[in-house]
Amino acid sequence: MRQKAMFIVPYALWIILFVIAPLVLIFYQSFFNINGQLTLNNYAEYLTSGVYLKMTLNSVWYAFLITLVTLVISYPTAYVLNRLPNKQFWLLLVILPTWINLLLKTYAFIGLFSRTGTINGFLQFMGLGSHQLLFTDTSFMFVAAYIEIPFMVLPIFNNLAEINPSLINASYDLGATHWQTFRRVIWPLSMPGVKAGIQAVFIPSLSLFMITRLIGGNRVITLGTAIEEHFLTTQNWGMGSTIGVVLIIAMFIIMFMTGDKKQKGGRH
Amino acid sequence: MKKQRWSWGKAYLALVFVILYAPILYLVVFSFSSGQTMEKYHGFSWQHYADLLADTRMITIVINTLLVAFLASLLATIIGTLGALAIKDARRPWKNSLLSLNNVLMVSPDVIIGASFLIFFTMLGVRLGFVSVLLSHIAFCIPIVVLMVLPKLNEMSPTLVDAAYDLGASRWQVLSLVVLPSIAPGIFAGYFMAFTYSLDDFAVTFFVTGNGFSTLSVEIYSRARQGINLEINALSTLMFIVSLLLVIGYYLISKRGGRRTRIVAVKEGDAQ
Repeated sequence: MRQKAMFIVPYALWIILFVIAPLVLIFYQSFFNINGQLTLNNYAEYLTSGVYLKMTLNSVWYAFLITLVTLVISYPTAYVLNRLPNKQFWLLLVILPTWINLLLKTYAFIGLFSRTGTINGFLQFMGLGSHQLLFTDTSFMFVAAYIEIPFMVLPIFNNLAEINPSLINASYDLGATHWQTFRRVIWPLSMPGVKAGIQAVFIPSLSLFMITRLIGGNRVITLGTAIEEHFLTTQNWGMGSTIGVVLIIAMFIIMFMTGDKKQKGGRH
Repeated sequence: MKKQRWSWGKAYLALVFVILYAPILYLVVFSFSSGQTMEKYHGFSWQHYADLLADTRMITIVINTLLVAFLASLLATIIGTLGALAIKDARRPWKNSLLSLNNVLMVSPDVIIGASFLIFFTMLGVRLGFVSVLLSHIAFCIPIVVLMVLPKLNEMSPTLVDAAYDLGASRWQVLSLVVLPSIAPGIFAGYFMAFTYSLDDFAVTFFVTGNGFSTLSVEIYSRARQGINLEINALSTLMFIVSLLLVIGYYLISKRGGRRTRIVAVKEGDAQ
């Protein structure tokens, strides 16, 4: 019995020190102003000054757009992948870019999108002229979607692979067309994968701050950018923590909305 | 008719693959350009690799990053495996809450983890630098290891453990000779995943690293803010190769693990 207790000690310490304590601390810190006085002002300021609410709505809107773009690209990808022979290999190829450092992928786009970069060179070649690509909202969303695509493809792919093929055959046998089969059988059955994908993309999209700086040129302020700025630039940890608490609440809302009740019951 | 539908699908897939890989290849190609920008290719050169090798600051940072990744994933693997064993043995209500707590750091946005760890370290008086980065990396790698090991533990047939006890094995013998070997693929996979998570992390490190200490991601970020530097391209090519090797290693391990679980599965079937 003592051995069992020894197993759990380091893990329990980790849970207490690095899971519970930091969450409690960020909540606690949100009640302090920049001078270290206990106050509710951070929340009052967040709710009353339009700046923060607008920033939050903006961040949610961009996260929504990024998620939508990623889903539109990823679902057909997962669908086609799933019908290929050697599909596991192709899936591995989709996942491979996630193993490459995020910063490097973002850095590549700085070169690709620059005023005299490759994309502009191509546009000029096509006679479309050169455009300001870097530091625009579109480039920000494109790069964010680029990075998130594999995280959306993976759960959808796994879900599609689990669908019993006899259900699809039954649908065809009963006279359904391709489109009807997709809409009435495959799409509803793949919903858990889609939800898992949305969850995997939406939350990081709310908190991105590196891409907004490098690609978005600080035009888009997400919740993550705001937190980073309050903690590391203006040193107003109280307000930063307040935005952090808002982000945590947003996370719970998304998890609740996309939550799969079945998963809770213990698949194991 | 069917053939045409297929080719549309494949064309789409090809496009997606082009989008996924073009930026990476772009970096690799320009790392061999003798120019100074990512605009026009100026002919083949190893110059940027030479620059990279001569850049002692960068070399130090690479070593730091690898050291942190190595230590963090090792410690996270040990603690995570113990945690998985503890979760496996826990009773129902405890088990679910342990699992939920385990997943908190998996679903939390990186900025929250980074900011809350920053508050935590500052309150404890931990100096920001190597120690704070290492501790944070261990912390966010543990749940990954648990999630990789736990399925293997659940797959393991309980009759194996019972048989070992029946044959007179001690608790330690059961653990080291029966349990650990059968969950080894999960442990290795967990180590690999933890290693890559640690190598790639930017946001959490960015918060808890002080002025003196830097990892690759943070360094690339600060250099990228200053503009294009083809030395980074050379670095990214090398990192791409490392990632490829890691993926191949991970693939081989999980494949071997797959075969082993199949054997266990067959054995279970035989017993019934």
